[in-house]
Amino acid sequence: MSIPVQGPPSGRRQGLDLVPVTAEKGTKKEYTSDQEVRWCPGCGDYAILAAVQSFLPELGLKRENIVCISGIGCAARFPYYLNTYGMHSIHGRAPAIATGLATSRPDLSVWVMGGDGDFMSIGGNHLIHALRRNVNLKLLMFNNRIYGLTKGQYSPTSEVGKVTKSTPAGSVDTPFNPVSLALGAEATFVARTIDSDRKHLTSVLRAATEHRGAAFVEILQNCNIFNDGAFDLLKNPETRDTAVVRLEHGAPVRFGNDGEKGVRMTERGALEVVDVAEVGEDALLVHDVKHEEPALAFMLSRLGNVDDGVTPIGVFRAVDRPAYDDQVREQLEDAVRTAGPGDLAALLASGDTWTTN
Amino acid sequence: MAKEVQQRDRVIIRFAGDSGDGMQLTGDRFTSETAEFGNDISTLPDFPAEIRAPAGTLPGVSAFQLHFADHDVMTPGDAPDVLVAMNPAALKANVADLRVGGDLIVNTDEFTPRNLAKVGYAANPLEDDSLSSYQVHSIPLTSLTVKALEGYSITRKDAERAKNMFALGLLSWLYNRPTETTLAFLERKFAKAPELARSNVTAFNAGWNFGETTEAFTVRYEVKPAVMPPGLYRNITGNTALSYGLVAASVRSGLPLFLGSYPITPASDILHELAKHKRFGVRTFQAEDEIAGIGAALGAAFGGAIGVTTTSGPGVDLKSEAIGLAVTLELPLLICDIQRAGPSTGMPTKAEQSDLLLAMFGRHGEAPVPIIAPRSPSDCFDAAIEAVRIAVTYRTPVFLLSDAYLANGSEPWLVPDVDSLPELPVVFATEPNHAKADGSPEFWPYLRDSTTLARPWALPGTPGLEHRIGGIEKADGSGNISYDPSNHDTMVRLRQAKVDGIARDIPPLEVDDPDGDADVLVLGWGSTYGPIGAACRIVRDEGGKVAQAHLRHLNPLPADTGDVLSRYRRVLIPEMNLGQLALLIRGKFLVDAISFTRVRGMPFKSDELADAIRDVIEAS
Repeated sequence: MSIPVQGPPSGRRQGLDLVPVTAEKGTKKEYTSDQEVRWCPGCGDYAILAAVQSFLPELGLKRENIVCISGIGCAARFPYYLNTYGMHSIHGRAPAIATGLATSRPDLSVWVMGGDGDFMSIGGNHLIHALRRNVNLKLLMFNNRIYGLTKGQYSPTSEVGKVTKSTPAGSVDTPFNPVSLALGAEATFVARTIDSDRKHLTSVLRAATEHRGAAFVEILQNCNIFNDGAFDLLKNPETRDTAVVRLEHGAPVRFGNDGEKGVRMTERGALEVVDVAEVGEDALLVHDVKHEEPALAFMLSRLGNVDDGVTPIGVFRAVDRPAYDDQVREQLEDAVRTAGPGDLAALLASGDTWTTN
Repeated sequence: MAKEVQQRDRVIIRFAGDSGDGMQLTGDRFTSETAEFGNDISTLPDFPAEIRAPAGTLPGVSAFQLHFADHDVMTPGDAPDVLVAMNPAALKANVADLRVGGDLIVNTDEFTPRNLAKVGYAANPLEDDSLSSYQVHSIPLTSLTVKALEGYSITRKDAERAKNMFALGLLSWLYNRPTETTLAFLERKFAKAPELARSNVTAFNAGWNFGETTEAFTVRYEVKPAVMPPGLYRNITGNTALSYGLVAASVRSGLPLFLGSYPITPASDILHELAKHKRFGVRTFQAEDEIAGIGAALGAAFGGAIGVTTTSGPGVDLKSEAIGLAVTLELPLLICDIQRAGPSTGMPTKAEQSDLLLAMFGRHGEAPVPIIAPRSPSDCFDAAIEAVRIAVTYRTPVFLLSDAYLANGSEPWLVPDVDSLPELPVVFATEPNHAKADGSPEFWPYLRDSTTLARPWALPGTPGLEHRIGGIEKADGSGNISYDPSNHDTMVRLRQAKVDGIARDIPPLEVDDPDGDADVLVLGWGSTYGPIGAACRIVRDEGGKVAQAHLRHLNPLPADTGDVLSRYRRVLIPEMNLGQLALLIRGKFLVDAISFTRVRGMPFKSDELADAIRDVIEAS
């Protein structure tokens, strides 16, 4: 096959532009590889895999134009189970590898899968740079707040005081809030969802694919071996409605069993949880994923960082900014347009030359 | 006054000054004039890592040496015949290298008590007899330049800065160089500041005229053009040649070039050069770190590009894990290591050949990587094409080991005809290559070509060939994850056999043994080619017998290497490390090779190599 180096003429691209589509929608079965899945029985990764295998066919893309790249860790086994092109690479480096692929191949939909160790620890540098560059990648981070594949050490998202094999007296270091980190890195799309909530997970994935540029999705995922129940509060039907805030663009930020709680901005510019009955709905913060400044989304991401805090899920931010790879291609197109395609003989003979007879 | 003209067959000039004095530019321009005139040339820039060390200090000295002749030259030369010293620091740092009786041109304006004290001169060396072994030409270069530029509406500082052009004009007169290229260059360089262009041209002409009229110089020299193969020439540095080689490989293979790189001395110029060539579809990615540079290149290679990363030793250290991944993924990838003096930061602008064993073995597990080394600045062009050829043919990462001397050194290059360059045909997999038990077709990413042992390169976007590759050991053929002990043994041996098999696909080792009866073979690799060749020439001119062979392919070695070595009583291996090739040769062939090593960050001097060769001949 020939390699499609350039796309059609430039213009601001959207979502999956340039990735070839097919009239025949695929099936979950077609997106399931013939490899035996080797995660522990009961792992939250199974639910994410099933959701992705079901969701991808919906996009109507040619399956051969989807690539899944991962680093190292339990989550990083993901590509083996997806019947697309895939690469299981080295610890932390998947965003860098995917950047090279996405920058050179506009016709591919490139997905990066990893865990909290892969993305937040050894690969933290690559993640923040992929986000700030706004490379056209979908980055799914399975956050179970523990190291699974190395058998149960604390991770950079583990809560302070975490007792693990490597921290018998409890961890002392402050964890990353992945959504805050991504927003701080100027990511253009940032979302959070939960492994067991298929409907919400799928809706977030759909929003991520519609976004042109880097889309970072934190998926809270249960490790039933080393950190079981880490997100029970958010999943248990008894508690979830008061522990989770479901963010919706354009809607007031409300939660609770009957939407009786809400979030408003104080006079000092902080966010606080209030009783809607007391302050009235008009006083509530209206969620705006398109807000130019990431500050408001950042404050929302911190709501869970306090004792008895609440955890917002959904899309925090989705703003338009030209994608890195699109701009790189535009520079190549511009160079050809203004000076013509490269002429090797002319290049080699450039500069001061002389002729000997 | 008509001055006497003396003939010289070769001359070595060194321009030395403060980092801000423009010595590299002066050297470049003299080189260009000399190339235009038709001499053969070899150049060696020698500058500090500091951008601007404090003015007038020893660490701030920047120098540029060039060797030109009426015959082919192989090195930038040992001892300069002429030293231009723009200040006391430049004099102090360089005068010991000047040939006895050589010409010493000093800028007396800078020899102030303060500047002398800065570098520890108790007395002004121009006023005692400490320089009596040289022909000293004491010239107030700065004040002559400023005087020549009176009437120009430029600052005094700009006038003083033009002193390098005065010096260039003087040297151009002394060696009767054509001046057109320099004058055209100044017009180009200062196109946006016409007054500066005019003043620099005036400074240059004033230098020329000063030579013509002053009594400080009674003779001019003439170095006749060298006889060189006919054709179109240009001067080229190693880093530029390497960049052009990569562009050429992209054009000849039809594959887009992707460079993932993090700036590092002395490799950054390749990134700068390739960033200019977007018209060729070249993508340059300045990564967040060395690991991302190679990672992105590998990702691009997965997508069908020629993936390249450029770096130096510290960067190679960081890239090791990704190189191991490329070995097991069996994807083409080029790692250009522009070696510099190590360990750690070492001496960033100085040359060394001390990464050979790093390239050879610097990864965990059995992870063989082919290694190619250019021998001269212009040879970086051909070496880059050859490295890409091996990478895409054998689906393997390849090391290209250049060094700081090749990177910045330059020489005339006979511009090749594009049609004469190697074609690099690449065939991607398009069809399934295996049948399942039920007879239905499937794709096995690790089903190898029986000749090259290369696996198929199946690009994302190819229907029916969806597959997964990764760092976990793969089953022979299917590429599925496998922890089977005997399969791992098979795969380790297959990867090694694939790299070893490249020996069938590279030329035999060329030996230069004029009479075929030498007892001593000098074996080298990389940038020592010139100094070794010059040393062999010295020894042969005295009637000594010595053979020279130079390795371009270091892994695998040419198939006949052992045979060649066995034909000589003694094998001498000069290296700018502590004997890394010697270790490989001794280990592989049980040859009692003699190692001759220097790690000063500078190329060998041909005289010291000639001494080493004589010693071995006498002892054998």
